[in-house]
Amino acid sequence: MALLEIRNVSRRFGELQAVDDVSLSIGAGEFFTLVGPSGCGKTTLLRLIAGFDAPDAGQLLLDGQELAGIPPEKRPVHTVFQSYALFPHMTVAQNVAFPLQMAGKSEDEISSRLKEALELVHLANKARQFPRELSGGQRQRVALARALINKPRLLLLDEPLAALDAKLREQITGELIALQREVGITFVFVTHSQQEALAVSHRIAVMNNGRIEQVGAPEQIYSYPRNRFVADFIGTINLLPVEVRATDHDGLRLFAAGLGEIVGTPIVGPSPGEQGAFAVRPEQLRIVTAGDLTELDNHFHGRIRDHLYLGDVTVYKIELENRVVLDAMLTNAVPGRARFLERGAPVAVGWQRDAGVYLRD
Amino acid sequence: MARARQSLWLWAAALAVYAFLYLPLAVVVIFSFNDSLLNAEWVGFTTRWYGTLLDDTEMLNAAANSLFIAIAAASVATVLGTMAGMAMQRWRAGFLRFLPVLVLTPVAMPELLLGVSLLLFFRQVLDLTLGLISILIAHITFSIGFVAIIVRVRLAGMDESIFEAARDLGASPWQTFRRVTLPLLLPGILAGFLMSFTLSVDDFVITVFVAGVGVTTLPLQIYSMIKVAVSPEVNAVSTLLMALTLTLIALASKLAPDTLQGRA
Repeated sequence: MALLEIRNVSRRFGELQAVDDVSLSIGAGEFFTLVGPSGCGKTTLLRLIAGFDAPDAGQLLLDGQELAGIPPEKRPVHTVFQSYALFPHMTVAQNVAFPLQMAGKSEDEISSRLKEALELVHLANKARQFPRELSGGQRQRVALARALINKPRLLLLDEPLAALDAKLREQITGELIALQREVGITFVFVTHSQQEALAVSHRIAVMNNGRIEQVGAPEQIYSYPRNRFVADFIGTINLLPVEVRATDHDGLRLFAAGLGEIVGTPIVGPSPGEQGAFAVRPEQLRIVTAGDLTELDNHFHGRIRDHLYLGDVTVYKIELENRVVLDAMLTNAVPGRARFLERGAPVAVGWQRDAGVYLRD
Repeated sequence: MARARQSLWLWAAALAVYAFLYLPLAVVVIFSFNDSLLNAEWVGFTTRWYGTLLDDTEMLNAAANSLFIAIAAASVATVLGTMAGMAMQRWRAGFLRFLPVLVLTPVAMPELLLGVSLLLFFRQVLDLTLGLISILIAHITFSIGFVAIIVRVRLAGMDESIFEAARDLGASPWQTFRRVTLPLLLPGILAGFLMSFTLSVDDFVITVFVAGVGVTTLPLQIYSMIKVAVSPEVNAVSTLLMALTLTLIALASKLAPDTLQGRA
């Protein structure tokens, strides 16, 4: 049975439909991520789960128990806030011990669990310091220890990495994954960063305008986005407007205006004449300068218009005959070379039929 | 050079302002130590005027009244003002967004007006005998706004999610108030108490209206004495009152620098 069941939950603020008929089922021990642009309703949904706000419609069930009417302090759900929300007048130890004191635990139990919790986040030597004396990363870890110490059934994390610099963010992302595995508590993580979502999650729900656009494992969401929004929001992708020509067991035949025919894997649903988009990731594209093109199911001729050197990879912008520009990504596997292709060089770009997906409008 | 001259001007201007503010007060302090009955020329140093204060039972009685009223009024105003300040911060929409204006109006209202309206209210509406109680209520009335504004500014400077965090981590609303809100507000609440105390001890205009005949406070007593002449004894008691006020204000502004020193 699912640990947390969200059933047709909606929440409206005046004109804004912040959460719109959302249903989700989150399993025990899962690292679940809500991702979406700011204002998509992910934080509102988190606040409904924590109990700071109540839904206008729908139900929330934790372990099969209805959460409506249960105040935040009575829910076995703890939150790591974006601002960390540490109590400034308490030391690290007092902050972390707070949930245990509120739960009325004995002094002995508090001191042994406090020690354990501080060691878990490598802050044993900071116990007597105040939050203002700590760095951003350390404060973040105090917030984590404090939210975990009373072993909640569910840990909510509201953009916990947003206030950290890029390098630290990467490091703490890694720590977060290890921590979740170690404590085995279900994490519901909210972020606007698709990279973070892909990196940490078992499953991701992509949200937009208060609705869930797609739920799935990271690789599923990345490789098989269900619509244009998901395709565009998660990673970078080439989107070509197309019309469906035919669909049979041979494949899906699409027509891109000015380019020609594109062949894709057969799918059930689309009928000839339908308008949609063909989506293919930059790293799925092959750039061919000379030789045989027949191996590639789809290929077009064009010129290198620009390139973006990113260190590990270089993104080439290839302008095709119809002024359509495709991004193709090549790994810089040879040291010292920033690019293999010069601006203006004639190239062919192609991909196999299973490299991209057709998205209905 | 230019910078040195600029800072010289700044110093001169500051000095002029302080002189303007404090020179008249300094005169009072100096003459309270003058060994002469007349505030005319310096004769010699003495502390005997402070001694006569201690023998003046009317003065001591007035001082006791003032102290009692100030402590009681400040205590009540602090509790009510803290609640008002928290309410103003929490409910910023709907009808309650007018609350700040309503609570702060007595702060800005001319004292004369407040005095007259309180007098009418006590006599015509409540039919209260004027005395300690009426003074007390009046002082509470004009102090609440000061406490509320100090508390509210302090709350506004805090991250609201810490109160949610407390609830989230298992604290009931009351535990949240006791363990998180109150300790964090305490400097502001103390500053509000000290401000209220100071305002109450020093108040003259409103007190005149609501004191009635039986009860005297320190400012009323000083006023009745200078109707005859400004005696060195008045200088002495004024000096003490001034010292008390300055100390309390300094203490309060140290506790609530964001409101009382214009610092954000």
